[in-house]
Formats: sequence, C-alpha cells, structure tokens
Amino acid sequence: MAEVQNIPVGSTTAGSIAVAAESTVATRMSAPPSFDVADFPVPHGREEEWRFTPLERLRGLHDGTAVATGTGVKVDVQAPEGVTVEAVGRDDARLGRAGTPVDRVAAQAYTSFEAAGVITIPKETVLTEPIRVSVHGEGGVRYGHQHIELGAFAEAVVVIDHTGDAVIAANVEYVLGDGAKLTVVSVQDWDDQAVHVAQHSALIGRDATFKSFVVTFGGDLVRLHPRVTYAGPGGEAELFGLYFTDAGQHQEHRLLVDHNTPHCKSNVVYKGALQGEGAHAVWIGDVLIEAKAEGTDTYEMNRNLVLTDGARVDSVPNLEIETGEIVGAGHASATGRFDDEQLFYLMARGIPADEARRLVVRGFFAELVQQIGVEDIQDRLLAKIDEELEASV
Amino acid sequence: MATLEIHDLHVTVEADNATKEILKGVDLTVKQGETHAIMGPNGSGKSTLAYSLAGHPKYTITGGSVLLDGEDVLEMSVDERARAGLFLAMQYPVEIPGVSVSNFLRTSATAVRGEAPKLRLWVKEVKEAMQRLNMDPAFAERNVNEGFSGGEKKRHEILQLELLKPKIAILDETDSGLDVDALRIVSEGVNRVRETGEVGTLLITHYTRILRYIKPDFVHVFSDGRIAESGGAELADKLENEGYEAYTAKGGVSA
Ligand SMILES: Nc1ncnc2c1ncn2[C@@H]1O[C@H](COP(=O)(O)OP(=O)(O)OP(=O)(O)O)[C@@H](O)[C@H]1O
Ligand SMILES: [Mg+2]
Repeated sequence: MAEVQNIPVGSTTAGSIAVAAESTVATRMSAPPSFDVADFPVPHGREEEWRFTPLERLRGLHDGTAVATGTGVKVDVQAPEGVTVEAVGRDDARLGRAGTPVDRVAAQAYTSFEAAGVITIPKETVLTEPIRVSVHGEGGVRYGHQHIELGAFAEAVVVIDHTGDAVIAANVEYVLGDGAKLTVVSVQDWDDQAVHVAQHSALIGRDATFKSFVVTFGGDLVRLHPRVTYAGPGGEAELFGLYFTDAGQHQEHRLLVDHNTPHCKSNVVYKGALQGEGAHAVWIGDVLIEAKAEGTDTYEMNRNLVLTDGARVDSVPNLEIETGEIVGAGHASATGRFDDEQLFYLMARGIPADEARRLVVRGFFAELVQQIGVEDIQDRLLAKIDEELEASV
Repeated sequence: MATLEIHDLHVTVEADNATKEILKGVDLTVKQGETHAIMGPNGSGKSTLAYSLAGHPKYTITGGSVLLDGEDVLEMSVDERARAGLFLAMQYPVEIPGVSVSNFLRTSATAVRGEAPKLRLWVKEVKEAMQRLNMDPAFAERNVNEGFSGGEKKRHEILQLELLKPKIAILDETDSGLDVDALRIVSEGVNRVRETGEVGTLLITHYTRILRYIKPDFVHVFSDGRIAESGGAELADKLENEGYEAYTAKGGVSA
C-alpha cells in the first residue's frame, strides 16, 4: 500500500496526495495504442489519462490545431566516433519498434513528424564520452521522433537537453540489444512558456541494462510518458526522475513498466520539489507484472517535498500483479512539507534561512543526483536547484 | 563570563484573531556555570519563554529586554541567536525530510563555529558523542527526527547540545517522555556539558524527577506567565510534596 505522510489523502489544499485504490492499466486508457492519431478521440479532460492535465495549455497538441512551423526548433547531435547519426524518412523500418503511442498526443507526433533522427551504437561498441542531443526551441512548433539503438553489448550514455521556448510533441525510442547498457539523461530545462509532451519507449534486450534520468525543471506544461518493456529475460530498468515544479507550472510524469518477460528487474524512483502558487506535479507510476513474468523483481517510489503553500501533488502508484511467482514487488508514495517549524528548527541551530532551504532540497535530491554520473549535468542540476530556490525567497 | 539577562519580558501570541498575553513580565538572569530550573504547571508559559528567547516567529515581544553579554538578543534573527551562543533543546523537535542527521550536524556546527570542522576530527567527535548517548551510529544516516521515538528525539537534542557547546542552553522538558534509563543517559549528557563550567543552563520541567540527576543551583516556579517564586534546590522538594496548587489560580495565590 502507498505510504502517505504528513498530508491527508485526497486533500485538495496545498500539497495533496491522491492514492488510487483499484484501477487497471489497460482499462484506464480511453483507446488502445496506435500509430495513427485518428484512432484516438480528442480528449475532453475527464478521461483517466487526461484528468490531471490542463488541456487548454497544450496549445493544440491534443486536438490537431497545433501546426508544425518547420523552423523554430533546432536539434543538434554530438556523437563520439563509432556512432552513426542519421535523419531518416517516415518509412524507415526501425521506427516504432520500441513502443506504440498510447495517447492522442504521442500518436499525433507519430502521424505528423517529417523526418526521424536515428542514432546507432554498433554492437560491442563501448563509448567513453556521452552522446549529446540538444533540442533548443526558438518559438517553433514541432512533432519529433528520435530513435536510439544499441547493438548487443554496446554501452553508451546519452544526454538529451531541452532548452528555450517551443511547443513539442515527440516520441523517443530506446532499443537495447542483448547485454547492452544505456544511460539516458533527459533534461527539461525549458523557458517558462514551453509545452513539451513526449512518450519515451524503451525495449530492453536480454540481460541488458537501461538507466534513465528524467530531470524536469522548466516549461509551462511538461507531460512525459516513460515506458519500459522487455525483449528477453535478465533485463534491468532503473527509472529515476527529479522535478522542481514552480509557481504556475504543470509537470506530469506517467510511467509504465510492463513486466512482460520472466526474470527482469525494475526500480523506479522519482522525486519532486514544489513551490509557489499553482505549482502542480503529477506522478503516475504503473507497474504491470504479467502472468508470464515469473521471477520479476520490482519497486517503485515517488517522493514529493512541498516547500510552500499553493502547490499541489497528485501521486498515484499502481502495481498490478498477475502472477505470484515473483521475487519482489513494492511501491511507496509520500509527500512531505517543508514548513516554518522546520525552518525554525534549522535556524535555531545557527543555519541561515536560505542555507536551510538549500540544505533541505539538496539533501532531498542528493541520492538521485549523485547517481547520474555525468559531472557537468550534476553540477548544472545543483546550480539549477539553487537558482530555483533563490527565485523563491 | 557569559550572562543572559531577561528583564520584564512580555510576550503575546495571535490566536483566533485575538491577541493573548502569555508572558507577563519575566525577570531572570542566568550566568555561565549556573543551572536554573524553571518549574510550573501546564500552560503557564514555560515553552513560550523558551521559544521567545530562541526567536520563534509566532511569539511577539511586546515589552522588556533580553541581553546576552550586553548584546540585544531580541534584535537578532533566529540563526544569529544560535550563533551568538543560545541553544534551545525543543520540547517537540520537528522532522526534517530530506536532511540526514550527519549533514545537519555538520552544517549546524559549521554555522555556529564559524568554520567547517576538519572532517576526520569531526567524524570522530560525532561518533564518540553518539556513543556516550547510547545512540546507534545508523542514526547519522537517517533524516532529522524522522521516525525517531520520543526518547531518540531527546537524545538527538542533547547530542546537538554537546556538539554545539552553547553559552546558554535552554532545555524545554527534555525529561518528558523518557523512561528511567533514557532519563539517566540524557541527564548524564547534560551534566557533561554543565561540568565544563562554560554553559548556563535553563532547565524547564514539569516534574522534579530530572532534578535528582541534574542538581539545580536555583529553582523558579513559573505561574501565569511570570516567575512566582524563586529559591534554591529545596524549593523543588517543596513542589514535590505540595504540587503546584499554591501557584495556580484555584489555589487562590497569585504572584
Ligand atoms: N502558538 C500559540 N498559539 C496560541 N496559543 C499559544 C501558542 N503558544 C502557546 N499558547 C498558549 O500559551 C499558554 C502557555 O503555553 P506554553 O506552551 O508556553 O506552556 P507550558 O508552560 O510550556 O506548558 P506545558 O507544561 O504543557 O509544556 C497556553 O495557554 C497555550 O495554549
Ligand atoms: Mg511546554
């Protein structure tokens, strides 16, 4: 059962947590997955998968009115030697393998993109430098598709950095060959106006390891859908996320780990800090252990730290188990507050107010930040956290 | 020699849109090396005095003065007071999510001492202090007060007292909620700090029990927002036998 601290379940006051009792992953979606946008009705907002999202702030991504501008978003890839970087047409056979769009916006992106980026790390290639993908918005509207594929036993770190101002809907695919190791850091460091909706689909090969960091700071509305399935036994997924939701921002992370294969592991840890009037973070963590997935070992956790009044958290962990033959399965969700009494306690020990806030927030995120392992990204994150905090005092 | 001088202190709180006066003129001087016990019935204002000295924002000072070595404490922010040498062991220490005890202690010691303690020495210092208080080393990695039992919270307060070495320590009901063993361990911790002779102690308590372990030089009876009577350790014995009745409104005596 979800563990809830400090804040009453279902509270609609500042900082709340709602814990879903029963609802199945499948029945929660209003249409089955499809590559074609026409298979999804235009959402009206009351559907289970849209009920937390302010549709009016999607800038038309959900109803077909957002028209791609062609320019206004720059995508740049820097890859070390040995990596193939291509732009391919819609008919490229590799596209769509890792997963099918599960909602209208992802299907819209799939239906509308003109060219896809494909990054290939050949088998047994072990990169020592990260691949860096920069997506920089200059006010444009874009439907994107990015495909990243690792051959057997290849190892890579990919950093995808989103900055500037844009309206973007995209699909990102990660296909891991047998024994491959991929670490992805997706940073959403958008300007205040940006709207970003994306599905991240990972297909994890036999004995492969997928580690993902989703770091969301910016944007007016960010809604991400990280999803994982397995192509063979022995696969491992670690899905880590950090978000810092400010006044007026809507940041939504909806995860699905589909244990469709025996003897795979998953570990999900998402942590968010919120501050300011109208800050809204949504976290949905669906873990499905299918009947055939014996020997599954899974844990998921979401923690939120509410720094001020006026912020709201909806956290819904959901674990569905169709077989009892598993190693372990658990989930937890907790939302805590940093309030005046806590501030007083730290200050009464000589710690100045701004340092006290920094201590709390840095401490809260530290275990995740340290695990990223890409130093310039870690430093930037810590600097970003400090910047967010300074803006608040 | 460090001295805390409280003179004619008046304090109010806002409750239900009304202003309520809680401290009604407190006079007290605590010198380095001395131990003052403040005893009084529930609701007499003992914690209010402690919080007001520490600078809690809920309490408004409406009159009087507080000086630490001649410096105006009431002008200082909460953190400045702590750095000036005031320490409050709280009656109800709060949980701080996200901050480990070890990180907290080090940040606090750095702030109070004015420089970061040398890491190796510091680790040893904390470890030994925790051992003396019978605290499991695993506490260092837990979040501050999160999931601590009542007794563990109090030990953690005294651990901070030992590490921060204040000039004036205010201990608000450090004895409440402790069993006999924990009371002894916590009292020994307080006594170690007292024995340095460098701290003035204001020991707030409802019960005389802790005074068997920590011998006060002065006992003050607190009633209705002021000190109703002061004396030596023998006053505690009188309270032990007679209770607070003489000092409460029902007892018919007002100070
Ligand atoms: N923040 C507050 N808001 C409203 N009333 C308060 C507040 N703090 C204290 N009071 C009131 O002031 C009075 C004194 O409270 P205080 O906590 O100082 O008493 P105490 O002597 O420490 O009692 P105890 O022995 O129960 O700890 C009480 O009537 C209490 O209800
Ligand atoms: Mg009290």
